[in-house]
Amino acid sequence: MPGKEALVFKGRAFKFGDNIDTDVIIPARYLNTLDPDELASHCMEDADSGFAKKVKGGELLVAGENFGCGSSREHAPIAIKASGISCVIASSFARIFYRNAINIGLPIMESKEAVAGIKDGDIVEVSLNSGKITNKTTGKSYEAEPLPLFMQNIVNAGGLVQSVRKELSKGE
Amino acid sequence: MTVTEKILAVHAGLEEVKPGQLVQAHCDMMLANDITAPIAIQEFYKLGVDRVYDSGRIALVPDHFTPNKDIKSAQQAQYMRQFARKMDLLNYFEVGEMGIEHALLPEKGLVLPGDLVIGADSHTCTYGALGAFSTGVGSTDLACGMATGRAWFKVPESLKFTIKGKLRKWVSGKDLILRIIGDIGVDGARYMAMEFTGEGIKNLSMDNRFTIANMAIEAGAKNGIFPVDDLTLSYVKKSMQEGRRKDPYIIYSSDPVANYKEVYEYILDNLQPQVAFPHLPENTKNISEVGEIRVDQVVIGSCTNGRLEDLEIAAKILGGKKVHKGVRTLVFPATQNIYLEALKKGYIEALVEAGAAVSTPTCGPCLGGHMGILAQGERAVSTTNRNFVGRMGHKESEVYLASPAVAAASAIAGKIISPEKVMG
Repeated sequence: MPGKEALVFKGRAFKFGDNIDTDVIIPARYLNTLDPDELASHCMEDADSGFAKKVKGGELLVAGENFGCGSSREHAPIAIKASGISCVIASSFARIFYRNAINIGLPIMESKEAVAGIKDGDIVEVSLNSGKITNKTTGKSYEAEPLPLFMQNIVNAGGLVQSVRKELSKGE
Repeated sequence: MTVTEKILAVHAGLEEVKPGQLVQAHCDMMLANDITAPIAIQEFYKLGVDRVYDSGRIALVPDHFTPNKDIKSAQQAQYMRQFARKMDLLNYFEVGEMGIEHALLPEKGLVLPGDLVIGADSHTCTYGALGAFSTGVGSTDLACGMATGRAWFKVPESLKFTIKGKLRKWVSGKDLILRIIGDIGVDGARYMAMEFTGEGIKNLSMDNRFTIANMAIEAGAKNGIFPVDDLTLSYVKKSMQEGRRKDPYIIYSSDPVANYKEVYEYILDNLQPQVAFPHLPENTKNISEVGEIRVDQVVIGSCTNGRLEDLEIAAKILGGKKVHKGVRTLVFPATQNIYLEALKKGYIEALVEAGAAVSTPTCGPCLGGHMGILAQGERAVSTTNRNFVGRMGHKESEVYLASPAVAAASAIAGKIISPEKVMG
């Protein structure tokens, strides 16, 4: 869970374009399973067939506008998280994907400037706490939009389930 | 306040809300299907509760990979079925009584004007046609909703679409929403509410309104919403006869002074049939600009266009004619009730005689699940809602989105064509 783990990630960036939809992130033909590792093995398959094998763990996924548009399938952030991607940086996120990522504890950051300044293969470091994104290859730094406090609390609790569980046990 | 803001405020127990505000709100109805419910159920059990908050306000519909396409999908459907039994859910619909969720819930009277609805499916925005606030969420949101009856929301800004005039022959709500998405883009309403209003609304049938609200998500919207009028009320009166919802509903409408981020105007008379080219719903063209696009498959159905009026148009065009040789034409009535009505009215007979294959309700081909997958290099014209890369099958297949009228005409011609050219 992101709240408990190191909040600084550093790794190679895999760069994609605008409007990466959930059918590209995880095609519906694989939605007959809940197994995160199986989902991860098909992550981004229709955009880059070798993606799952290339991700070794800790890399970052960088994309343009409206990342995660389309379906509400939570399998999409689950597949990305299980693939080993540490954080997604996008110019903007589609709203259901954004919610789902927060709810399941997949770190995401929004910054148009960072996305414009990162090329595929660059080494990038992000600090979730400060919102600082540094392109180690170019030496340039960027500030991501901070998460609203309400959502930070969900992330810090370790996701929505943990946050609601805490709330429910208080009520008893 | 706008109608969206009013519904969110009331369900959050607040006098007033403003765009950008984060609220916890009570949900009147919740929905999941055989793909999204299994994750929601897993997460539900992690919450440390053993009962849902209200067994009458959760609808589970096995519609995506059903009738089950393989063992894995059968296991998922079984997991959902067992949960529904264990929790004594009143609104679980087995194959044989089920339909595509977004056609089924309104038909069963499970969504009413003024409701706040969440569904673990992005096309949950369909119910905005009934004057409800209705939006897609993920499985974890739904799990927490099933336990607490609540969900968190960011109050969206609203875009106002003023609709004037009347649709011409062979032009439908699908053409209007495809045109709008073409104009504002697939993120043109990202995080926002799309409010449809104006004197032209009265000229749009309920089936057309459902189609329009259904595709609000394809512009990135949180919800799409229509005003409640006599047509809505007569629909609701009929749907409530089953008695699945007994609580009174409330009609909300936007204040004359409400704030909108943008206002757009559309004149229905000026609209011609639209086609969205691969691989985004925003790649919309007028039918007159389409050119020569041969097709291998035609799909008529889905939560977008599988309603009675859609089948009626398809039957009118295909009736007495034949599907073009070599073109697979697949028709999916959205619910059992629609299927039965279409049967009684002779639409199914006309479609089968023309050479179309008619299926039991399922989401099947729309999301490339089953019942009509495309091979490499194949092309379909479809009345569904998405034409992303690989959406209906192979990553090198293509989907063109259009209305039932265009799809039916194209089935006869073997290429994408205006219904006028087939019908004269």
